[in-house]
Amino acid sequence: MFRTLHDAADVVTIQIDGVPVEAEAGETVAAVLLRQPEAWSRTTPVSGARRAPYCMMGVCFDCLAEIDGVSSVQACLTAVRNGMVVQRQLGRRSLAR
Amino acid sequence: MTADLLVIGAGPAGMAASVAARRHGLDVVCVDDQPAPGGQIWRAVEIVAATARGHILGAAYQEGIDKAAAFRASGTTYLPDSQVWQIEPGFHASVTRAAQVTSIVARTVLLATGAQERPAPFPGWTLPGVLTVGAAQILLKTSGQLPAQPVWIVGCGPLPLLYATQLLQAGGSIAGWLDTAPTDRLAAAVWHGRSAVAAPSALWKGLSWTMALRRAGIRIIRGVTDVEATGEGRVKHLTWRTANGSSGSAPADVILIHEGVIPSTHAPLSLGCQVRWDSAQECHVPVLDPWGETSCPGVFIAGDGAGIGGAEAAVLRGELAALGIAVRLDRLGADAAHAAAQPLRRSLRRALSVRPLLDALYRPRRSVFVPANETIVCRCEELTAGQLRTIAGTAPIGPNQLKAFSRAGMGPCQGRQCGTTLTHLLATAQGRPPAEIGLLSVRPPLKPVTIGELATLAQELPVP
Repeated sequence: MFRTLHDAADVVTIQIDGVPVEAEAGETVAAVLLRQPEAWSRTTPVSGARRAPYCMMGVCFDCLAEIDGVSSVQACLTAVRNGMVVQRQLGRRSLAR
Repeated sequence: MTADLLVIGAGPAGMAASVAARRHGLDVVCVDDQPAPGGQIWRAVEIVAATARGHILGAAYQEGIDKAAAFRASGTTYLPDSQVWQIEPGFHASVTRAAQVTSIVARTVLLATGAQERPAPFPGWTLPGVLTVGAAQILLKTSGQLPAQPVWIVGCGPLPLLYATQLLQAGGSIAGWLDTAPTDRLAAAVWHGRSAVAAPSALWKGLSWTMALRRAGIRIIRGVTDVEATGEGRVKHLTWRTANGSSGSAPADVILIHEGVIPSTHAPLSLGCQVRWDSAQECHVPVLDPWGETSCPGVFIAGDGAGIGGAEAAVLRGELAALGIAVRLDRLGADAAHAAAQPLRRSLRRALSVRPLLDALYRPRRSVFVPANETIVCRCEELTAGQLRTIAGTAPIGPNQLKAFSRAGMGPCQGRQCGTTLTHLLATAQGRPPAEIGLLSVRPPLKPVTIGELATLAQELPVP
């Protein structure tokens, strides 16, 4: 869906649904999600429809993902960190984690 | 943590107010949900301005560098990556930072939380691949990121034009621009244009952007009234209709929508600050005195959150608010404040002189406010305009009852994407002006907080 203009200067590796993905230090998880072949972040609790980052500034909450074990984190307000584990959030957030 | 002044947001207004307040000797804490100062207009400016990307983003973006440097050097305690989720009278703010909750006690508060893009529901706007123009511009600023395929831009206002020129300069490709500005707006705009002669640079900017698109041979379709995005699991197709009855369709990978910006009113509403309906900008704006003080003594608002005015006006309003706050805290005499404010007010009038023209020219079409029945209005709870209309027409209810009956506005975005549409649906169904309908009540937490984060608060409070 999106591509970058430049090669990352400071590369970190994160996991998205168990798949290692390269990212640039400091960019947001939402930006990385939008570069993936499957560019979506969650499915809705109501109909199970796929959603992707929409506003990129913290007001739409469609980029909610499970990040390092915490559910419903706004991916557009979360910078990538080496070793970060991101799971696309399916339906309702789980309370067990 | 204590402060004379708590500033929320480090965009043009928040930074300028912090710098000015420090000049008057105030202790300032500035809380920002971004990792670095600049707000949305100057996102990542400290890192990006010097790069090739910074050059593409243009002169207005470069201006942020000096502002951010002055802010950093001002002695303001800056808390980046921090979310304010409650402000109680007194003032007592609860802030989450790195999964820890911090309390800030402040004598005055300046809300510099800016604006958000106006929610503009259309069928398919929830599909992956549909983003706002602002979102795409943030991706360009922060990640050097462009749509991979030729992109469709839908909407009106200065931002789509600015982004389109930046995108072309960066090597991106535009499939077409569906201009949704109603064509009859031009006559009204010409009338208001007389007031804009004092701000020729803004007009020149708009003209040069339009010419750049023409030169690039971008397909421009004017007078678009209806759009629809379709696809399974992601957007695949875009169709449109225009005012003169023509229609079209095209494959689409990314669709960017923009129908202007509106002030962020969540924080002021949660504090009980009065708002009023601004019929020129078609949105609710806070009621403010000439210093930016709200109906709640000690709570000030500056920047686009005070009413849409742009970055230049935001800086001036930030500086004016700082003067008002210094007076309130007895750090500055009223006469000295009035004298210092005079040149600021003159500059502010000049900076705002172009707004009536822009407001008239880019006043959104009616269907932005009252979408067709099949359109999802509440993205979180997936409620359509038709479902909400059915309830809205049954009794003279307000937005909060509509919320209770339907769940619209109860999802994670807390009405940020559906609130204005709920007001308009009710106004239309009941034949009343939006000003009479009002807005959804806003209650804390303003942002989601986990139980674990709340538990860290206990460590801070004194044991009874």
